[in-house]
Amino acid sequence: MKCLVTGGNVKVLGKAVHSLSRIGDELYLEPLEDGLSLRTVNSSRSAYACFLFAPLFFQQYQATTSGQEALRCKILMKSFLAVFRSLATVEKTVEKCCISLNGRSSRLVVQLHCKYDSTVKAMVTEMSIGEEDFQQLQAQEGVAITFCLKEFRGLLSFAESANLSLSVHFDAPGRTCHLPRPAIFAVKDSLLDGHFVLATLSESDLHSPAMCSPELHRLAPPLQAHSTPHLDDFASDDIDSYMIAMETTADSEGSRAVPSIPLSPGLRPPCSPGPFSEDHEAEPSTEPGTPPPKKFRSLFFGSILAPVHSPPGPSPVLAEDSEGEG
Amino acid sequence: MKFRAKIVDAACLNHFTRVSAMIAKLAKTCTLRISPEKLNFVLSDRAASAGENFFSEFQMEGISAENNAIYLDLTAENLSRALKTAQNARALKIKLTNKHFPCLTVSIELLSVSSSSRVVTHDIPVKVIPRKLWKDLQEPTIPDSDVSIYLPALKTMKSIVEKMKNISNHLIMEANLSGELNLKIETELVCVTTHFKDLGNPPPASEDASQERPPEQMAEVHIDIRKLLQFLAGQQVNPTRAVCNLVSNKIIHFDLLHEDVSLQYFIPALS
Repeated sequence: MKCLVTGGNVKVLGKAVHSLSRIGDELYLEPLEDGLSLRTVNSSRSAYACFLFAPLFFQQYQATTSGQEALRCKILMKSFLAVFRSLATVEKTVEKCCISLNGRSSRLVVQLHCKYDSTVKAMVTEMSIGEEDFQQLQAQEGVAITFCLKEFRGLLSFAESANLSLSVHFDAPGRTCHLPRPAIFAVKDSLLDGHFVLATLSESDLHSPAMCSPELHRLAPPLQAHSTPHLDDFASDDIDSYMIAMETTADSEGSRAVPSIPLSPGLRPPCSPGPFSEDHEAEPSTEPGTPPPKKFRSLFFGSILAPVHSPPGPSPVLAEDSEGEG
Repeated sequence: MKFRAKIVDAACLNHFTRVSAMIAKLAKTCTLRISPEKLNFVLSDRAASAGENFFSEFQMEGISAENNAIYLDLTAENLSRALKTAQNARALKIKLTNKHFPCLTVSIELLSVSSSSRVVTHDIPVKVIPRKLWKDLQEPTIPDSDVSIYLPALKTMKSIVEKMKNISNHLIMEANLSGELNLKIETELVCVTTHFKDLGNPPPASEDASQERPPEQMAEVHIDIRKLLQFLAGQQVNPTRAVCNLVSNKIIHFDLLHEDVSLQYFIPALS
C-alpha cells in the first residue's frame, strides 16, 4: 500500500488520528478499494470508531501493489499519533505525508515532507568578552563548546539577582573518549552554592545536516532515557545519574572544582561501570543532532573509573557577575 | 551592492530601536528599502520611514546606477531584538554582508565594566528582493482626502475597537471638518456608535478644498476592523501628531509622526 496526502489534508488526517486516539490504544489500518480505513476500538469494547478516507482524499492512492495481496495492520495508536502530535506545526511546515505499508518487512512507514522558508533562518549573535572582563580565566585557545542557552539562562538570572560571580568549567573532548563532556556552571557564596550541569555537543554533531540552521534550544540532548532492558535501573532517575557523576568526579579527580554532593539514599551503584568504549551500544539518536541518550549516560558512568590516560584538567573560566550587562 | 551605516548618538539609537520595535509589533516580516538618502521600513500595505538623520555615516550602492536602491526582506523581530542589546551602546554599525547567505550585520560596541569595549555582532538573515518586485514596495502616493482630522488618544480608540471587534468584523469610520469622528458597527441585532467630538482638523492643503465641503458632511469608509486593530495595537507610544485622512468609500490614511519618524498606514475600504 502506498499513498500520498498533501496540503490541508495532512492536517485533516492528523485530526482524525487525534480523535481516534481518544478511543483506543491500537489503530487498525487497512487499505481498501474504496479508501484507507483507520479503525479503533476501546479496551472495554464499548466504543468503536472508523474513518474511511476515499481515494480522492489522497494525491496518490495505491491500495495494493501488483502481485501482493491486500495488507492490513495493527499498530500502537501512540506511535502513529506521535507523527501528528503538534497539529499546528504539521499545518505550518508539512507539505506532504507519504504512508506506505510493506508486507515483507512488516513495516508501516510515514514520511513527512516539510517545507522551509529560506528567510526564516535563525539570527546568529556573537559576542566576545575580553580577558580583562574576567575575574579569572584559564582556557585553552581554540576550544569551543556548544550548550543550551535556554537552560543556562536560569542560572544566569539567579546569579544576577543574587549578585554572585558565575564560574564555568568546561573541557574539550579528552583523548580517551570522543564524547562531549558536560559544562558545569556554578555560583557560590558562604550561604549557598548552585550547580548547573549542561550537556554539550561534539563537533561531529554540529556538522551534521540537521545543524544547518542551529537554534540552541533544539540542540539540548534529551536527558530522559529510552527505557531499555538492562539500564532500566537508571532510566527513570536522571537526577541521580548526575549526582553519581558529581560525587565520583570529586572523588576520583581532585583537580576538578566540583564539590561533592551527597548521594540520595537508596541509590544503587551502577551495574555497568565499564569505561566508555564498553558502554557503546548501537542505539540511534532520538532526534537528529543530539547525542544518543544511552551514550550520554555512559558519559557520566565512565567517569567513575579514572581513565588510563587522564585527560587534561578542566578549564575554569570565571565570569564576573552579570550586573550591568544587557 | 553595498550598504553600511553607523549611529553614534544615543538619542538616534533610541529612536531607531523604538521604530524597529514598533515595526516588529506590526508585522512578522518587513522590507527594508535602502535608498541614497534614507532607510525605509516597508510593510505590505503600510510604510514607515526612518530618515537618514539617525545615521552619522551612511553609504550605499544599489544594484545598479539606474536602480540605485536595495530592497531586503527580513524578520522584523530579529532586528528589534538585536537593537535591544544596543541600550547604552557606544556605537552601532549596520552593513550588508554575505556570510553563507546575505545578512544584515549589526555590530554593537558596548562599554564593559572594565571600561574596555566589547562588541556584540548579530547576523540577521535577509532576502534580497529582485528588481521586478520593487514596484509593489514604492512609497505610496498620498491621495487627496475628503476629510482630514486629528485622532483621539490611540489607547482609547484601541480599547473601543477591541470591544467592537467582538460584535462585528465590519467597521465604519466617518469624520467631518467640524472635528467629529464616529466609529460605527452595524449588525442585524445591534448598532453601536462611538462619537468623538472637538478633535480639530488640520489646516487644509489648499484653500479651495476647505471651502467646497460643508463642515458637517461626513466622509465615511467601511473597513475590516482587524486591520484597524492591528494598527492601533502596534502603537506603543503616543505619537507627537496623529492625523487621519479619509477618502470616501476608498481608503483611510493614517499619518503619524513620532518625533522625527513618520509612519504612514493605509487601510483600503471593503469592496
